Amino acid sequence: MGTRNPVTWLGSPAFPEAARTALADTQLRRNLRNATTTIRGRRAAAVAELPDWERLRRAGEAIKDRVLAELDTHLERLEAAVTARGGVVHWARDAAEANEIVLRLVGDEREVVKVKSMATAEIGLNEALAAGGVRAVETDLAELIVQLGDDRPSHILVPAIHRNRAEIREIFRRSGLAATGDAPRELAEAARAHLREKFLSCKVAISGANFAVADTGSVVVLESEGNGRMCLTLPEKLITVMGIEKLVPTWQDLEVFLQLLPRSSTAERMNPYTSVWTGVTPGDGPAEFHLVLLDNGRTATLADPTGRQALRCIRCSACLNVCPVYERTGGKSYGSVYPGPIGAILTPQLVDDPHDAQAASLPYASSLCGACFEVCPVRIDIPEVLTHLRARVVSARGRTAESVAMAAAAWVFGDPARYERAQRLGSLARFLGRDGRISRLPGPGAVWTASRDAPVPPRESFREWWRRNRG
Amino acid sequence: MERIALFATCLTDTLYPATARAVVRLLERLGRAVEFPLDQTCCGQMHFNTGYAAHAEGLARSFASVFAGYDAVVTPSGSCAGMAREVHPKLGAGGVPVYELSEFLVDVLGVTDVGAYFPHRVTYHPTCHSLRVLGVGDKPLALLRAVRGLELVELPLAESCCGFGGTFALKNADTSTAMLADKMRCVLDTGAEVLTSGDNSCLMHIGGGLSRLRAGVRPVHLAEILASTEEDPWAPATR
Repeated sequence: MGTRNPVTWLGSPAFPEAARTALADTQLRRNLRNATTTIRGRRAAAVAELPDWERLRRAGEAIKDRVLAELDTHLERLEAAVTARGGVVHWARDAAEANEIVLRLVGDEREVVKVKSMATAEIGLNEALAAGGVRAVETDLAELIVQLGDDRPSHILVPAIHRNRAEIREIFRRSGLAATGDAPRELAEAARAHLREKFLSCKVAISGANFAVADTGSVVVLESEGNGRMCLTLPEKLITVMGIEKLVPTWQDLEVFLQLLPRSSTAERMNPYTSVWTGVTPGDGPAEFHLVLLDNGRTATLADPTGRQALRCIRCSACLNVCPVYERTGGKSYGSVYPGPIGAILTPQLVDDPHDAQAASLPYASSLCGACFEVCPVRIDIPEVLTHLRARVVSARGRTAESVAMAAAAWVFGDPARYERAQRLGSLARFLGRDGRISRLPGPGAVWTASRDAPVPPRESFREWWRRNRG
Repeated sequence: MERIALFATCLTDTLYPATARAVVRLLERLGRAVEFPLDQTCCGQMHFNTGYAAHAEGLARSFASVFAGYDAVVTPSGSCAGMAREVHPKLGAGGVPVYELSEFLVDVLGVTDVGAYFPHRVTYHPTCHSLRVLGVGDKPLALLRAVRGLELVELPLAESCCGFGGTFALKNADTSTAMLADKMRCVLDTGAEVLTSGDNSCLMHIGGGLSRLRAGVRPVHLAEILASTEEDPWAPATR
C-alpha cells in the first residue's frame, strides 16, 4: 500500500474523543435532532405505502449478492459495453491511481464542475485536483455549502445537515454569494446564480455513479436538484468515478433499486432527476466519456464473507437518519466521508489497517440497537458486521488490559463454582452503597458512575435464594 | 410442556435476584413448575459484542449443555434471549428453545391476564433487542394492560435506544450519556413513578441515571410487576 487511504481524514481523533467535542456543540445537536427526526418520519411514511417493501428489500439484497459473487464477469461485461458505445474505461487500484487518471484526463482545464459523489470524496479528488492546479466546483447545493464553508461533509446524502439556514446564509455572504435572506428559496436563488455561470463555462465535468447496468454499459445518477444533469449534459468531457461494486446486471435489476433508493434516502416515491447515459452520442451531450472503475479496498472487503455485505450499500443514508449515535454526534465524529452505521463498517474495511487506531474505534461507535439493520434497503446486517469487525480489532491488538479482563471474566463464567465465589466477593461492593445507591465506583467502574449511579449488590444472589428455598 | 428451566442471566442472578424470584413466583402461580439448573452462568453476550467471540463460543457451548433436555428455557432478558437464539447457533451451539418472559407467557402459555395487581403509574421502555432481535412487539404491553390497578402511560420516542449497549456505555461514555439524557427526558415527561422493561441491563442504565438525578422514578422489571398480586403486592427489594 504505502500511501494512506484518504477515506479517513488525516489527523481525526478516535471516535470517543471526536464525539465528546461534537456532543458539546449545542447548535449541532439541535440541527441534527430536527433534521433526523423529520427525515425519519418521512421515510417511515414513504415505506409504509408499499405492501411489498420487505420483498423489495430481499430482492435488492439478492441482486447485490449475486453481483458481488460474480463481480469479475460483470465488470468485464460492463467494460465491453461501455467501450462498444464509445466510452473509455480506466481501472484504478487505489485513490492515488484514480486521482492520477482523472487529473490526466482533465488536461489543460483549470476549472471543472462536479456532481455530488461519494467515490470522489472517498479518494480526496478535490484536494488532488487542487494540488494539480485545477479548481473543482461542487454543484450540489449541500456540497457547495460544505465547500464554500471550508468544511467537511457530515452526512452521505445531505452533507451540510449540520448547518441551519442562518449559518448557510453567513457562509454564502463570506463567499460573495449574496442571498437576500435566509429563506430556502432565497438561498437556493443565490446558489443558482453562482452555479449557472459555472455550468456554461466549464468544459469538463466529474461525477460519481449510483448504478451501472452491465448489459448495456449505461451509467445512472440520481439527484434532486437538476444540477447534476447540467453537469452530465453541458460540458464537452465527462469523467465518472465509480466503485466497482455499483454494478447491476440488467435493467430489470435496476428497477428494484429505483424503488428502494428514493424512499429510503429522501422519502420520495420517485427520484426527481434520474440521468442515464450510455457511452457517447454524437451531437447530444459530452463528446467524450471516461469511466474510472475504482477498487480502493473493495476487493479486500469482498474477501471477507461477513464483512462483504457492506458492499451491498446503495448510499441511501437511512441508517444514519435512524442511528441514535449519529443523531447526537453528527457525521464528522466518524472522521471519514462515510459516517454513521454504514461508515462504521465500511470505513475500517476500506482502510484495512488493523493498526489505524481511528478506524479501529469506528466499529465500537454503536450501542448495537439494530435500528440501522431494520431500515437498510439492502438488508445489511450492520450489527453483525460491527461485532465481526470488533473481533478483528481485538485479535490485531493482542494482549491489552481489556483482553486480560475479558479472559478473566470468561474463566470465571466458565465454571459455576468460580462464578459463585466471584458473586460473593462482588457482593461486598454493597458496603459502597449509600441510601440504596452507589455513586462512585473505583477503577474502570468510575466511567459508569461519572453519569449514573450503580445498583447496590444484594446480600443474597438468586442462586443462593434458590438453594435455600427450592434446592 | 414438560420441563421448564429458568435462565436467570448473570446480571439478574447477581444484582437483581428479586426479578428472578418474581419469574419463579409468577410461573408457579400460573401452575407451571420451573427448574433452575445451578450450573448456568452467562450467555456470553458481553464477550461476543465486545469482540471476544472465542470466549463467547465456550460460554455458548456450556449454555447448550446446561439447558439440553428442557422443553423451554425462560429468561427475563430480551437481549440474553436474543444472544442465545440468534447468535449461539452461529457459534455452533444452537438448539435450545429460549423464550423471553413475555414471549413465553403470551405465545407458549397463551395468557395475557396473569392475575397481577400493581396500583402505580407505569411507563414501558421496549428494549432494542426485544424489539429488533426477538420481535416481541406488543406482547409486554398486552400483559401490562391486563394488570389491575396499573395506569399505563405511553413513553415518547419509546423505540430509541437508552444508550446502554453493554461495554458501549464505558467505551463511548459521553455518547451513551447523551442518549441516556434524552431517554430520561422522555421518561420524566410521562409523569410515571415506575419505569418498566424486559431487561435489567437497560433498567440499570436508565435507572442509574434517574437515581443520580434523584428524579423520583423507580425502575421495576416487568416480571416483578406481573408477579405482584393483591395478596402479595410488590415491595421494593431490600439490599
